Amino acid sequence: MKSESNLKRVLDAGHISVTAECGPPRGADPEIVRKKAAFVAGNVDACNVTDNQTAVVRMSSLAGCMLIKELGIDPLIQMVVRDRNRIALQSDLLGASALGVRNLLCLSGDHQKFGDDPQAKNVFDIDSMQLIHMAKTMRDEGVFPSGDKLDGALQFYIGCAVNPFADPYEIRVPRLKLKVEAGADFVQTQCIYNMEKFKTYIEDAKKEGLLDKVKILAGVTPLKSAGMAKFMRRMVAGMDIPDEVVKRIGDEPKEKQAAKGIEMCIEQIQELKEMEGIAGIHVMAIEWEEKLEEIIGGAGLLPRPVIE
Amino acid sequence: MLPCTGRIDEALLLKAFENGADGVMVVGCLEGDCHYVNGNIRARARVERVYGILETINIGPDRIRMYNLSAGEGSKFAAYANEFVEQILELGPSPINVARTSTDGITSQEEAA
Amino acid sequence: MITGTPKPIGEILEMVEPYDKIIVAGCHGCVTVCRVGGEKEVQVLASTIRLAREAGGRKIEIKEVSLERQCDPEYVELMRPYVEDYQAVLSIACGAGIQFLAEKFTVTPLLPGINTGFLGVTERQGEWAERCQGCGDCVLHLTGGICPVTRCAKSLFHGPCGGSVQGVCEVDKDIKCGWQLIIDRLKALDQMDNYGKLKPYKGWSSARDGGPRRILREDMI
Ligand code: SF4
Ligand code: SF4
Repeated sequence: MKSESNLKRVLDAGHISVTAECGPPRGADPEIVRKKAAFVAGNVDACNVTDNQTAVVRMSSLAGCMLIKELGIDPLIQMVVRDRNRIALQSDLLGASALGVRNLLCLSGDHQKFGDDPQAKNVFDIDSMQLIHMAKTMRDEGVFPSGDKLDGALQFYIGCAVNPFADPYEIRVPRLKLKVEAGADFVQTQCIYNMEKFKTYIEDAKKEGLLDKVKILAGVTPLKSAGMAKFMRRMVAGMDIPDEVVKRIGDEPKEKQAAKGIEMCIEQIQELKEMEGIAGIHVMAIEWEEKLEEIIGGAGLLPRPVIE
Repeated sequence: MLPCTGRIDEALLLKAFENGADGVMVVGCLEGDCHYVNGNIRARARVERVYGILETINIGPDRIRMYNLSAGEGSKFAAYANEFVEQILELGPSPINVARTSTDGITSQEEAA
Repeated sequence: MITGTPKPIGEILEMVEPYDKIIVAGCHGCVTVCRVGGEKEVQVLASTIRLAREAGGRKIEIKEVSLERQCDPEYVELMRPYVEDYQAVLSIACGAGIQFLAEKFTVTPLLPGINTGFLGVTERQGEWAERCQGCGDCVLHLTGGICPVTRCAKSLFHGPCGGSVQGVCEVDKDIKCGWQLIIDRLKALDQMDNYGKLKPYKGWSSARDGGPRRILREDMI
């Protein structure tokens, strides 16, 4: 196994990167992960494995990473600060790095109230910003936050998530800047539907000189139906889906909405990949991994570059 | 003497039941007419709280009720009082009084023996 | 102040079930102000218990008392002369007060009559809200006087998270996003510079995570 992240090498070589996402199953069956991964393999440069997303208990992210790694996919481990204190976080960072995971995404995590154990105690010992900083310190300085030396530094390409559509808007770019200062090498965005607002965000990031300092991977999620759009808009905090988008898919007859969703997603990727400051595309095809090849290929991003 | 129903509190209402009342009727001024601005509105909230308490301890919420009347409505007052008395008679003595008379009953039987 | 809510009466009746002679003890401190454990509440609770018990055919004798504070020894001691004449004490002070009674009166069972809540303020009559978690290392000077530990549902130090929408926290539409409040306030104070700085990891050892805490003021002993 090469010691550097494939995602990093693709980006460093100047290609538009492609990442996708794989949610581990609610159970211990590895076949479910392998099945999903088969749709991902060959179509991406790295694949995120979510960490108990929306606070719903699932197979651990690290286990998922190992399963997809066996299939030759460069895993990207997501890590939330909701469930682990700094001791567990450090320990899991060491473990993931030792097992050859080379990409890390630092997140706060959705509040446990959304999951199946709303009575759980939450941790939030450090926040996602500080997790970025901690991973960077353990990677670049080879020391723990306590100051002790690591026996073998971490090897991570460090990322974070941003939601350009959450409120208040005026701190969205300053917050990205903070994350970059904390040590983020790349950032994956919340799924974008409001392209106008996203363009403003990128322009503002440019003004702050951030486009050269961090790789921005634009997030997209293909819509399966107008119903899904409306559901997401209502249920997911900070999800901005403009009326035109809902209308465009809603104008199709029901049986053609899925195809329309894919067509819209492809168009969007084509537009995004030409935008200044966009280094990659992050395709979150939620429970729709089988469409990844069609979407990524349709956007002209296949085959994926192989960098030695 | 209470100058205003606003002076009534939950403890006082419950005391009435402890002292053997089968029902308690609270009569305040018309809403909006309180000399102390909102005494009668507060009283209503307190009566409602006692209503809840009586319900949870199975004494029956219907044993307490608040009416609003103006000082000039004598006949209405009489009608309300009659109506409430009817309601309480129908419910019968409060469980407290039932318990008290039955223990008294036991005592007298024992004495008789 | 320390806030709380009454325990459901059913739960209290179950707790006092084994006893026939108890004290109901209130406190004139915080719990009086937030209307769960003062003199009035003692009267109401005692009446309620008596009524319920008598209706069930088993009388209970209750002594009603209200201490100036249940968390200070000189007031607690005032109960000592008679406390052992009773089988149990049902206290409606905060958890600290209840424990203090338990500590002082070692042979008398102590029963909690309220669920102690949080350190908060009276937003308006009948509405209280949390403000401080007693973390032991206050940062309010950096956050516009609004506590990130308490008012952000995730105690973030670099909020808001992606779930903040129009000032509302992702956790509940009735919770304001603490970080939106902080930012609004920092802007009003012209202190947005504070926002742009990476903050050190919070030391939680001064909070409860360091074990039960104690304050020792040599100058006062
Ligand atoms: S920072 Fe700590 S001490 Fe200050 S208000 Fe918040 S919890 Fe309380
Ligand atoms: S929405 Fe605001 S208050 Fe709620 S968790 Fe996020 S930053 Fe904290």
